[in-house]
Amino acid sequence: MTMPFYVAPEQVMKDRAEYAQKGIARGRTLIATIFAEGVLIVAENPSRSLHKISEIYDRIAFAGVGKYNEYDQLRVAGVRHADTKGFAFSREDVDARSLANLYAQYLGNVFTHEMKPLEVEILVAELGTNGKPDQLYHIAYEGTITDEDRYAVLGGDAETISERVGADWRGDRDRAEAVRAAVRALAGPERTLGPGDLEVAVLSRANGRRTFRRVTDGELTEILSGSSAAPADASQTSRATRSGRTTRSAGGGTGGDAAHDRDAAQPPG
Amino acid sequence: MALPLFPPTEDPGPDFSRLLRGSGVSAPPQAGDLALSVRHATTVVALRFANGIVMAGDRRATEGHAIAHRAMEKVFPADRFSAVAIAGAAGFAVEMVRLFQTQLEHYEKVEGVTLSLEGKANQLAQMVRQQLPLAMQGLAVVPLFAGYDTGRGAGRIFSYDVTGGHYEEADYQATGSGGRDARTTVKLGFREGLSRAEAVELAIQALYEAADEDSGTGGPDVVRGIYPTVAVVTAEGYKEVPEEEVADRFRALIDRKRIERDPAGSVPGGGEPA
Repeated sequence: MTMPFYVAPEQVMKDRAEYAQKGIARGRTLIATIFAEGVLIVAENPSRSLHKISEIYDRIAFAGVGKYNEYDQLRVAGVRHADTKGFAFSREDVDARSLANLYAQYLGNVFTHEMKPLEVEILVAELGTNGKPDQLYHIAYEGTITDEDRYAVLGGDAETISERVGADWRGDRDRAEAVRAAVRALAGPERTLGPGDLEVAVLSRANGRRTFRRVTDGELTEILSGSSAAPADASQTSRATRSGRTTRSAGGGTGGDAAHDRDAAQPPG
Repeated sequence: MALPLFPPTEDPGPDFSRLLRGSGVSAPPQAGDLALSVRHATTVVALRFANGIVMAGDRRATEGHAIAHRAMEKVFPADRFSAVAIAGAAGFAVEMVRLFQTQLEHYEKVEGVTLSLEGKANQLAQMVRQQLPLAMQGLAVVPLFAGYDTGRGAGRIFSYDVTGGHYEEADYQATGSGGRDARTTVKLGFREGLSRAEAVELAIQALYEAADEDSGTGGPDVVRGIYPTVAVVTAEGYKEVPEEEVADRFRALIDRKRIERDPAGSVPGGGEPA
């Protein structure tokens, strides 16, 4: 009779976390950010049919990074949950918080009880209504849930990109500006991303009942060419943003952000 | 509510009704002990015009011989490019529309593409067929479905019977207790290539004539300001015709009728009881 080797629970958890992190890190990054009209989600995704971003309900969007089949299964479960709830009760009763909690519980459960954790990180975004603010729920592979009210970054290079997004984040951008800012942050200083590499969608207050809309390739080309066509304007706006952001952080923002702002403001100034 | 995850063999796919059964949410209507007085909804009409379709329905619901509701909606958007109108037992009909709307949206979200217009019509037929036992007890629901076929670039109309049989109509169709009168009116005024305004006008005339002949169909309620619902579906999607436009057209129609009856205007109010 063979005895299984004893492995300390700490080690088991560590191994699983490492396994999931590795899977997620292979995937490309996704940014969700609040802008003037609602929520904008930008993902690096060359595929036109295997979506990372999709609609869950009237005011709720889903985004996932990591293993496609795993987050797609979660997406479909989310659509089912929302539609069933909206049908049994009323459309207003469907909210992102309860769905995010369900996802968190499920991911947590799989992480502790199954052989293999899900190699995904997901985002549930909700457009605020009746005075409630827009909300981004970021759920990690082990079920940790964080709610953000400005922006969230998921996937491979999340930390670096998160810093870049935070450096010049503003909530009052229009759609085109917000897309350009997100694409700049995704690409970083060395790369440029074209419409073919991106998947972009919004939850916008201007869209009526179903607020989710994909930004088409044509629109995206127009938006992205808008920035290169007027480089002078773009640098002006970005400088204005940076100074605006610096004052904001001086008035109570985190120190790290403010330092980053000053650094970033050096070269053009 | 738990996260609705299914093993692959029991996965309901994009079928919302199956999902509901699987999650045990809605109890299907029980055939058998039903209250005897049930609300009925009445005349709805759809016709094709150059850029799409017009669909209209009166607002009256009756319970036996009494009027149960004066402002009921019978024309609904099924999704962005289609409309559904109902005649029959109101409770089941409204619920069927809600299920149908949810099904179309559910399919679109799960599958990532919209159903074809024909697919939508078939889906509705299945829902009507499931009501057959109830229809045998006199609780029939007979919808009318019409929409803009984005593939063909034209409006299409489908009519149904209680068994779930559905038939594509070439130009127009009306259903409900005043359907016959409405259909005759549209028949007399229909021609190929009507404009939007002409088609809306014809639908309004049809409802007026139906209300004139059928006790179950409500006419324009000038006193309360309740007018039939008229919707237009074109390449731009589903749009309800603004209530003011509908009201204006009805007022103009009533004035015309009055003058036709009494060209000299000798009797104030046209001599008809208001």
